[in-house]
Amino acid sequence: MKTSATLHVNGHDFPVEIDPHLSLLKAVRDEIGLTGAKEGCDDSECGACMMLLDGKPVNSCSYLALQAEGREVTTVEGISEADRLAPLQRAFLEENGVQCGFCTPGMLVSATALLRSDPDPSEDDVRVALSGNLCRCTGYGGIVRAVRSVAGAEG
Amino acid sequence: MTRSFTSAATLDEAFAAIGAGARPVAGGTDLVVGARQGKAPLPDAIVAIDRIEELQEIDDTGGGLRVGALVTHDALVGSDAVRSRYTALADASAIVGSHATRANGTIGGNVMNASPAMDTGGPLLCFDAIVTLRTSSGERSIPIGELWTGPGATTAGPGELLVAIELPGPAPGTGSAYVRLEYRRQMEIAVVGATAVVTMDGGSVSDARIAITALAPTIRRVEAAEQALAGSDGGEGAVNHAARATAAGSAPISDVRASADYRIAMAEVVARRAIAAAIARARGGDVPVPASDALYGT
Repeated sequence: MKTSATLHVNGHDFPVEIDPHLSLLKAVRDEIGLTGAKEGCDDSECGACMMLLDGKPVNSCSYLALQAEGREVTTVEGISEADRLAPLQRAFLEENGVQCGFCTPGMLVSATALLRSDPDPSEDDVRVALSGNLCRCTGYGGIVRAVRSVAGAEG
Repeated sequence: MTRSFTSAATLDEAFAAIGAGARPVAGGTDLVVGARQGKAPLPDAIVAIDRIEELQEIDDTGGGLRVGALVTHDALVGSDAVRSRYTALADASAIVGSHATRANGTIGGNVMNASPAMDTGGPLLCFDAIVTLRTSSGERSIPIGELWTGPGATTAGPGELLVAIELPGPAPGTGSAYVRLEYRRQMEIAVVGATAVVTMDGGSVSDARIAITALAPTIRRVEAAEQALAGSDGGEGAVNHAARATAAGSAPISDVRASADYRIAMAEVVARRAIAAAIARARGGDVPVPASDALYGT
């Protein structure tokens, strides 16, 4: 039986009718239509599905959508303002932090959570904070440089 | 059966749902991931318990600590009381899963999942943790060692919910550490792990607790290793002796992550590092949390 709920994503309310077993990732992608977050492994290994739940990172593929009701969900679409790239997104472009791009939404979300809790992380802090996110192109150098390049600037 | 989902704001609401056949989910970092990996399907009827506020508190009971079942690993690592008095538990919670796991995963979920590789189990066992299991009509408290019976198995009944973990206050002069062997730094499960809780009195070890992780069907203490350390000066010889006894007291399996022989060989290494770090902390030394990263006592 489908259950009615309202999900609060990127500042907007979205009424949904979903199966109780549906993941937050599938609810946001298939019911709400925000397809920035990606399904990689579907069991919390790769981080491509990363979203923020009340500001903290969550593997949305392995989180029940109905558990997110009443909480603030942020996807990669929610870290930029309207059509303007966030400084972190621009840095990914400038530092060549994007290769195939599949891991990029999750990387951006995890890095956003890091920079909010620690505006000036060391390179090691960045690597540890992103270690739940896998880049199948192994393009970590550019990703770490991108996050480091905005460190201290976002405070 | 029709699938259903309710979110409980109070324990009464949770027990009403459990009484009607629902199974609880907290952070979902084991239950939902396990379903994704095909270990066990999600229950048809689910009650989310993650918003029950009274289970989210860490209470200083004057010497001891009462940790609500829904306290997250992040909250444990961020607690000064845990870091200073139950440092091995901070070591463990600091390396569970990834940032996302630690933000959502709870101590109660880790304990009730009953994995022999769980990171928090060794520290809780060595600190003499008492777990409180409640039903709609009453509650009972048992030593945590009487909870686990095998991989994924506990003595808790289907109507019982873990509500709190009580930690008695450690004796003055106590230091502790949890160290695991890992192949990567995040999203890892212990290949093998060891916990040491050591009390120093003057220049000698007055009490020692040593537990093994992913080295037996459940997390368990190794008495021979504790006896090898207790009464000693805590020097290199005694540490090595206790570490060898820890490996000798192990009974690991071979699986995709390591062979039994390799696990036994590495048991000695992680035990040596955990014991050395615990002794260093008992002596007032600064060993950063998590001790696994420090490679102390290599």
